[in-house]
Amino acid sequence: MDRFISKLLFIAACSSIAILALIALFIFKEGVPIIIRSGLGHFLFGRIWSPLEGQFGILPFIIGSLWVTAGALILGVPLGVACAVFLAEFAPARLAAVLKPAIELLAGIPSVVYGFLGVMWLAPIIRVHLGGPGLSILAASCVLAIMILPTIVGVSIDAIHAVPRSYKEGSLALGATEWQTAWRVILPAARSGILAGVILGMGRAVGETMAVIMISGNATQIPHSILDSVRTLTANIAIEMGYAVGDHREALFATGIVLFFFIMALNTVALRVARRRF
Amino acid sequence: MRIPPSITQKIAKISLTLACASAVAALVFVIGFVLVGGLKHVTWAFLTEPILDMGRAGGILPAIVGTILMVFVAIGIAAPLGIASAIYLAEYTQEGKVTQTIRFGINCLAGVPSIIFGLFGFILFVVMLGFGWSIISGGLSLAAMVLPTIIRTAEEAMRAVPRNYRDVAASLGATRWQVVTRAVLPYALPGVLTGVILGIGRSIEETAVVIFTAGSAVQMPRSLFDSARTMSVHFYILAREGISNDNAYATAAVLICTILVINITAYTMMHRLMRGRRAA
Repeated sequence: MDRFISKLLFIAACSSIAILALIALFIFKEGVPIIIRSGLGHFLFGRIWSPLEGQFGILPFIIGSLWVTAGALILGVPLGVACAVFLAEFAPARLAAVLKPAIELLAGIPSVVYGFLGVMWLAPIIRVHLGGPGLSILAASCVLAIMILPTIVGVSIDAIHAVPRSYKEGSLALGATEWQTAWRVILPAARSGILAGVILGMGRAVGETMAVIMISGNATQIPHSILDSVRTLTANIAIEMGYAVGDHREALFATGIVLFFFIMALNTVALRVARRRF
Repeated sequence: MRIPPSITQKIAKISLTLACASAVAALVFVIGFVLVGGLKHVTWAFLTEPILDMGRAGGILPAIVGTILMVFVAIGIAAPLGIASAIYLAEYTQEGKVTQTIRFGINCLAGVPSIIFGLFGFILFVVMLGFGWSIISGGLSLAAMVLPTIIRTAEEAMRAVPRNYRDVAASLGATRWQVVTRAVLPYALPGVLTGVILGIGRSIEETAVVIFTAGSAVQMPRSLFDSARTMSVHFYILAREGISNDNAYATAAVLICTILVINITAYTMMHRLMRGRRAA
């Protein structure tokens, strides 16, 4: 009896891997043929996306995803790490106990709500004060920075807590201030954990779809400034999936393959980095 | 010129405080923006009437029902599967190559973007298995998406159960399964439930997966094989196509209130559990 249950539980435990394998299998099966037909180079580095004419170049979307993600990291990482240092080292325990779940709650807000806020509030501000269409790389980066904050803060706090107490005590005993201790001792010791958090946040930014569709403008050209409209890999799939058929649909699955590789690479790096201790 | 450490300490403390304050301000602003714009349009009729004229008029009852059914299917599959996985990882095996592989799979699955789950669900459930755009397709795809959350939280909760619970049960002659069901699970239950609640929250928030696998029918679903929209999808369509700003705000307000209740419940449960542990 116990043996039977053990087998059953083992099968259940394998379900995650099975699902992951199925996802890879189906996305590849649907997407690989079009990549072979149009050539990997043409697909990845083609500058023209024109499904009606059978032109499937996703370079503008790769560049779009990179811009938007870079923007989100530039804004979100300093803010997130600062929040983590404050909550782990400076804030009174009672305050931290309230603020930490509040920041985690940012992850619970539906991405469509962020997108809506970007459209109604942020994009008009950018349009009026900085010019351009408003729906832009900058708008998307700002919103994504807030969306990845919980990931960065959560993982960074764990990393800071994992630094042995003696490091901190030793530094303070030598007469260093709290800030010197945080900056020179704790942050360097926690850097691999924090880096893992940043990479995971990057994965979230690359993978985010609905908010990005709503606020990035979705133009299919390669952007030239942060005020330009841009389309990301995820947005490309989501926008056209509703009506795509034939080659066009395969090309969207192929876009999914690129996204899948990107995310898998990021996750693998994050896991490697997180396992390294000090 | 060197700035004295006491000054840098002050500057740092102020800047870090400001950074954290601005993160919290962003949260308050997002929630406030939606509630201020939306709560005044939320009436009893809005919650109980059908969607009329693509959402320009009427209420959101079909979207509420669609949300509940889809969450029901998703959690109905993901919770047993996830808890069983967690039991295996926490109680039935030693750390080794096998668990490392399983854990790697769980971590990767957790990182897969929702749009990929949408593509996967579309091709497998909607097209190949012939479920069409339906609640069942949407629920199954959501189940795949929330599985890692449920496994991780449940495993953590079980690992937090003190060793002696297991030892005492085992010394009384309990089988491994009895140890798990009678000694470990009751103690770990609040933690396990927290994971399930978080999974419910994730399912409600999700838009990309649902729109490709469950479609966006405005009618009241009559069976699990009917297409339906969730509140998130309804809100997205209203906002994106500029159908009705008032109704979009109102839907968002209902959505945010639901999410707040769910997250606060999950958090208080986890918090109580931790405090109970420390007292014991």
